[in-house]
Amino acid sequence: MTTHSLRFRHSPLASSAHQLELLHNEAALPSFRDTLAKAGLSPLKSGPVEIFQMNIGKMCNQTCGHCHVDAGPDRKEIMTRATMRQCLDALAKLDVKTVDITGGAPEMNPDFRWLIEAISAMEKHVIVRCNLTIIVANKKFNDLPEFYRRHKVEVISSLPFYSADRTDRQRGQGVFADSITALRMLNEAGYGREKSGLILNLVYNPAGAFLPADQAQLENDFRSELKKNFAVEFNKLLCITNMPISRYLEYLIRSGNYERYMERLISAFNPAAALNVMCRNTLSVGWDGHLYDCDFNQMLDIRISGAPDHICQLEPEVLPARDIRVDQHCYGCTAGRGSSCAGSIT
Amino acid sequence: MEKNRDHYYHAQDLKKFTHIGEFGKELADKFFDYYGAVFAEGALTAREKSLIALAVAHTVQCPYCIDAYATDATERGCSEKQLMEAVHVAAAIRSGSSLVHSVQMMNKVKEISM
Repeated sequence: MTTHSLRFRHSPLASSAHQLELLHNEAALPSFRDTLAKAGLSPLKSGPVEIFQMNIGKMCNQTCGHCHVDAGPDRKEIMTRATMRQCLDALAKLDVKTVDITGGAPEMNPDFRWLIEAISAMEKHVIVRCNLTIIVANKKFNDLPEFYRRHKVEVISSLPFYSADRTDRQRGQGVFADSITALRMLNEAGYGREKSGLILNLVYNPAGAFLPADQAQLENDFRSELKKNFAVEFNKLLCITNMPISRYLEYLIRSGNYERYMERLISAFNPAAALNVMCRNTLSVGWDGHLYDCDFNQMLDIRISGAPDHICQLEPEVLPARDIRVDQHCYGCTAGRGSSCAGSIT
Repeated sequence: MEKNRDHYYHAQDLKKFTHIGEFGKELADKFFDYYGAVFAEGALTAREKSLIALAVAHTVQCPYCIDAYATDATERGCSEKQLMEAVHVAAAIRSGSSLVHSVQMMNKVKEISM
């Protein structure tokens, strides 16, 4: 577990250009573009936008070892209300049903609740990617479960494992205990309870240099272990593969696992997963309003092509059928059962 | 052929396992077909088979198999505790097999004793 962001530590890996250079330097590894082409899937084209994902800031109360955002308490970049307004204007023009709010810890943005209320009034389905510990980090966040309930927000929360040791290794000392407290508070508000209609989904991502397990099997394990040991309930478990970027890339290099992990991703390339990748139906908005095919491209500063790349210039009619911008990190989404912000994709 | 191979075991050799067909394709193909079928989901789950393989890997003390099945079982969602319990099963059988022979030793000693 790192204690500060790459940016704070002045690590060369804080630069997205440096990360991409590293990913390209491994000459022995086939390029993702070539692999896609061999599978007859290049260029990868976007379809209609179904999910509007807003990353409203890199500020976070945690500094997880695998974070692809390089988020942390020392990151101050957050979306302004003016940019949020531009997003709401764009939403009025787009035929999307789901708005997915992420960060950092999105709740730390002072305009977070204003934004949720505004989107909720537009009758969109709202997802918030909540890191759980924020709910217990400060008194002013204790009412979040109630706030979520009032606006029927779907809560998606990371819990890398059903035991403290593995969770804390990835997310920081004491995170598992705080996460369990927050999960119980969400359960008390009705989240994850049968017939409540309040959705609480958990995210499993491997705490190390390995691929995620079968989603259905692991969901059963999580359900029985969390129920038995902590009386915690949830709806679904989403398995997400770690992308070889940012702090996870740093971990891979530092631990000597980088080459092996890339080989593992490449050998597990699955054309069926490539067909269903989330970038085909997602539009990702950065804290400063720039547009990306996904949150991972966002962190590598790879903006959309074939359409204006800022939310204030959004042209809904040119968004579909644009070429998705791919690079070596995309092997993460196409390995094995495939991976997306909604879990396995095959 | 790689130079400086001054050890019998090389981690890089694990991914060359499938190359054994180079010196005998027919039997290698039969073996890998069989191997694939053995580890498929069946009356036992693929995860249970992975844990059995991990335990056996420790019994036959094969570093390649330990590498492969420590990774495989972890990727199948097993916890560190489950992995270690599987190895203890192997260790218990190994030590038990020594100890149960002590009955033979005791029988012999009793046979030759007053």
